[in-house]
Amino acid sequence: MSSIIPIKQVDLVGQPVVNYRDVLTDKEIAAIEHECSLYEIRPAAAIDALQIVQSERRWISDESLYAIADMLGMSATELEGVATFYNLIYRHQVGEHVIHLCDSVSCWLHDYQTIADHLRKTLNIEFGQTTADGKITLLPNVCLGCCDKAPALMLDGELVESLNIEAIDNLLKGLRGGDHG
Amino acid sequence: MDKPLSQYLDLNNPQNLTAYQSTGGYEGFSNALKMSPQEVQQQVSDAKLKGRGGAGFMTGMKWSFVPMGEDAPKNKYLVCNADEMEPGTFKDRWLMEGAPHLLIEGMMIAAYAIGADVAYIFLRGEYRLCATRLQQAIDEAEAAGLLGDNINGSQYSLKLHLHTSAGRYICGEETALINALEGKRANPRAKPPFPQVVGLFGRPTIVNNCETLCNLPGILKSGVAWFSQLSGGADTGNKIYGISGRVKNAGLWELPMGTTAGEILELAGGMQDGLNLRGWLPGGASTDFLLPEHLDTPMEYDAIAKAGSRMGTGVIIALDDQHCPVGMILNLLQFFAQESCGWCTPCRDGLPWAVEILSRIEAGQGTQQDLDALQQLCGFMWIGKTFCALAPGAVEPLRSGMKYFADDFQQHIDHKGCPHRH
Repeated sequence: MSSIIPIKQVDLVGQPVVNYRDVLTDKEIAAIEHECSLYEIRPAAAIDALQIVQSERRWISDESLYAIADMLGMSATELEGVATFYNLIYRHQVGEHVIHLCDSVSCWLHDYQTIADHLRKTLNIEFGQTTADGKITLLPNVCLGCCDKAPALMLDGELVESLNIEAIDNLLKGLRGGDHG
Repeated sequence: MDKPLSQYLDLNNPQNLTAYQSTGGYEGFSNALKMSPQEVQQQVSDAKLKGRGGAGFMTGMKWSFVPMGEDAPKNKYLVCNADEMEPGTFKDRWLMEGAPHLLIEGMMIAAYAIGADVAYIFLRGEYRLCATRLQQAIDEAEAAGLLGDNINGSQYSLKLHLHTSAGRYICGEETALINALEGKRANPRAKPPFPQVVGLFGRPTIVNNCETLCNLPGILKSGVAWFSQLSGGADTGNKIYGISGRVKNAGLWELPMGTTAGEILELAGGMQDGLNLRGWLPGGASTDFLLPEHLDTPMEYDAIAKAGSRMGTGVIIALDDQHCPVGMILNLLQFFAQESCGWCTPCRDGLPWAVEILSRIEAGQGTQQDLDALQQLCGFMWIGKTFCALAPGAVEPLRSGMKYFADDFQQHIDHKGCPHRH
């Protein structure tokens, strides 16, 4: 992947040094600054900052990561350690829509595997992959806290409960039919 | 029966500030403001409130370790642990979605009691609706002068912020949560020092579970005697109990502490037609299995411990006779193996090893030696061998499952396959 940001410098451990103002938008910078103001130290806003940028760009590219690290006064390595620690921070490109299927115990007791197999087969992808048209990414998720309405999934942050094959088919039809969702 | 936790609950259209106040909301906090912080601590100690996050530690006692008075550090923090990720547990989500102001009021009382000037809600990232509703409630409280400087004309000031995490089970561990809030990788910290003295940003910090905090408005509004008589048993107050699995109506109910699992199962309408209960986890994935014969045990911390498990979160997972216990344990261990932070070796290496062995057994390729190895792993990952409670929590359903469902394990090995798959 080609970099749009000219990287002129590297730090002591070889991480590129970027100026966050070259990468982040004013809107992103303002939102991250607000989060920084809520904590004693700037790096404490790391997760918030990653979420802010991800909500604008769908995922966290290397450039975004370097820029956020610069803005928060962290090393890129340190921030990478945080970013990769969490399930909901995407360090790979994802599709227009992201499906997180719950694979924990209550959904297991409601045979979520049938739903998982149907999703894999219909989308023709494995978990962790994106459909060829770039529309849908399929990911697993730990317990979504919908155990009373299992099986469940999260679509673009919204819970979808009491799943069955028919519900999945309707859901996918909706996603493929238009860009609402 | 009084229902101080769920009386305000409306999942579709939660009460706004005015509605909450008109039904007695923020009266507990107003009472607290008329008392000294130490008196509030004493009242909560006298009420014998135990933490509802799983460990059951006395809330008043936990608070009592925070340095108080003129010489105490100027910045102190209160954190609400709303990182509800224990598989099978959905009670905090219910409270936050249905009654956001109840939590805000509870946090204000706790923050006042320990002299904290800043409070955070540490919310799991998946709980989007909770985030929206909590932020609305915070904004309303700020606009009304209930949060901010000189609350209700008093000397007390408090800021309250919502922190949305991004999905990792270990963040529910108190010291890992503090690291996460500081923007670090959420590995647990060594104790001592305890967070009550050296916590967030090195300052005295209290981390309380969401449901624990939701109990405080009632205690401050209606008093110790009222709170104690709610249950009339060894553990005081009410509890959000619940059940999931193949029961007729999975769900949550506010019930007196010490309600039996049998009564909870009955409220859920019993098992689905054609299914029988084989075992149950009393309070989440990290609690030992119990059997149908234990259904009469009161869901109290000591009683459940005596029966051989932990009350945990008090939200039951029921295993029916059509699902394979080995398969269920494999699912539970896969969760723990994935969520291990990797900091200490027994957990990082032991859990994937257990998953590998269990997968082999479930697939019909297990041997007698595999069972011995699993037993040995239970020892390697037990309390005292690991940095935090994650791996011992994983061991609980494994060791109890191997004890109670020994025949199922043996059948997998003898018949080279899972007897539940036809």
